[in-house]
Amino acid sequence: MRQLENLYRQIIMDHYKKPRNKGLLDDARYKKEHIKNPSCGDDVTIQTFVEDGIVKDIRHDGTGCSICCSSASVLSTRLKNLPVTEALKISENYINMITNKPYDETIELEDAQAYEGIKDFPARTKCATIAWKAFENTVK
Amino acid sequence: MDATSFKKDFPALRNTDLVYLDTAASSLTPTSVIKQMNEYYEHYPVNVHRGVYKLSFRATEMYEAARNTIAEFIGATFEETVFTRGASSALNLVASAYGLTNLKEGDEIIVSELEHHSHILPWQNVAKKTGAKLIYVPLTPAGRITVDNFKHVLSDKTKMVVLTHVSNVMGYETPIENIITLAHAQGAIVSVDAAQSVPHKPVDVKKMDCDFLAFSGHKMCGPTGIGVLYGKKHLLDDLEPIEFGGDMNDNVEKYDAHFKDTPYKFETGTPPIAEAIGLAAAIKYLRSIGFETIYAHENHLKEKALDALEKLEGITVYNPGTDTGIITFNLDGVHPHDAVSFFDEDNIAMRAGHHCAQLVMRFLDVPATLRASFYLYNDEADVNRFIENVKAARAFFTEVGF
Repeated sequence: MRQLENLYRQIIMDHYKKPRNKGLLDDARYKKEHIKNPSCGDDVTIQTFVEDGIVKDIRHDGTGCSICCSSASVLSTRLKNLPVTEALKISENYINMITNKPYDETIELEDAQAYEGIKDFPARTKCATIAWKAFENTVK
Repeated sequence: MDATSFKKDFPALRNTDLVYLDTAASSLTPTSVIKQMNEYYEHYPVNVHRGVYKLSFRATEMYEAARNTIAEFIGATFEETVFTRGASSALNLVASAYGLTNLKEGDEIIVSELEHHSHILPWQNVAKKTGAKLIYVPLTPAGRITVDNFKHVLSDKTKMVVLTHVSNVMGYETPIENIITLAHAQGAIVSVDAAQSVPHKPVDVKKMDCDFLAFSGHKMCGPTGIGVLYGKKHLLDDLEPIEFGGDMNDNVEKYDAHFKDTPYKFETGTPPIAEAIGLAAAIKYLRSIGFETIYAHENHLKEKALDALEKLEGITVYNPGTDTGIITFNLDGVHPHDAVSFFDEDNIAMRAGHHCAQLVMRFLDVPATLRASFYLYNDEADVNRFIENVKAARAFFTEVGF
């Protein structure tokens, strides 16, 4: 079976077709980060609202391939309502998994685990990580 | 032409099922070019123009013989053939050395939305710094530059015409000779980006009568890191160098220096020696096959692919009238980066993205496209596998819910 078949099943297509937390807010309490991959045109903006060290809300918007757009939706559901330190730890772990570096398999990635197969598509790692990198920049 | 016989000339195609459809970005390299470059590195890997010893003399001879081969290939003279590190730096040289000095507020530069970024950004810079204005040739609905549309924007204010010979996305050939005649009648200077034409068809700069023309080695079976700028001798004579340093001068005083004549005044530093020698070998290789044969072969494969694509549902081809081996298309509703991974899994190498031509993407009103481009080493089996994969990809993405 094609590796790609595994990758595009269920979770990724679900978040691609029905993105959660999509659309940016005009609210000064949110910090915004815009990242563009000029080589393919993936274009993601992540907006986070942090209060008392907790990520209270994550919004996203942008255009790009299914991997890029869905990963923004997935991260918004996974990291919302977590302490910033924990959210960053999960994000770092996720990026390590995608980029084929050692990562802690005991950290629960939930839906984000679906992107593990990206390892077999090194040309697509950027697609799967730019939303997460944008998120990190909003809370660092 | 039997392309299977050419596949064996390319080490990257031996013992592999690779279908390489990304020549418009970079072509593969034949053994003869690799051998010629290895010979330089193995037997006379030394600098040119400097050493007064036998090896350096040989390196210099080979380097300058390469320039002669390349000059003769495009119908230019030795002095009119400047080595650069690619078409991009050649086109930048024209903008920086000619444009920044000769253009002023109120002047107009005619450009097109079909230009590669390397032929538009240098002139945006000239426009910003000099106050000259960029004027876009209106494209036809299909995306072509025509002589009639060119006439609409040509005026006595036009000082510069900056156009591609063949679009790297649409594959259209610009009616450049007629445009040049009209431009010259207004006293304008013409810069031609020939990166997508020189590898595929004979180009004679004297017949074309362009003022400047640029192309790259790596799109025509040559190495990366080398390009060529052709300029008319009297224009190059008048240009100031934009890079200064070793080898480009002939007398250096404390507060002044005197520069060599063209082409050397534009070639400071150690030049791409192996690459120049490799590019000459690539030209020999292509000529041994013949450009008419190459062009007819590419055209045949392209027509076969287009015929098959047109019969498929859910595929949009943006340039069905392409004049060259370039086909730009999308699977409807599927981002090209999603699609290209599907092809990659079957070892079909194809470009997905904006192809360094974002203005074309805006014209087509798409974020990005897929692009397949054919060259002499492709064959009918490649076309068949490409089409089978398009069908399978279409079915797959529909099935997973795109």
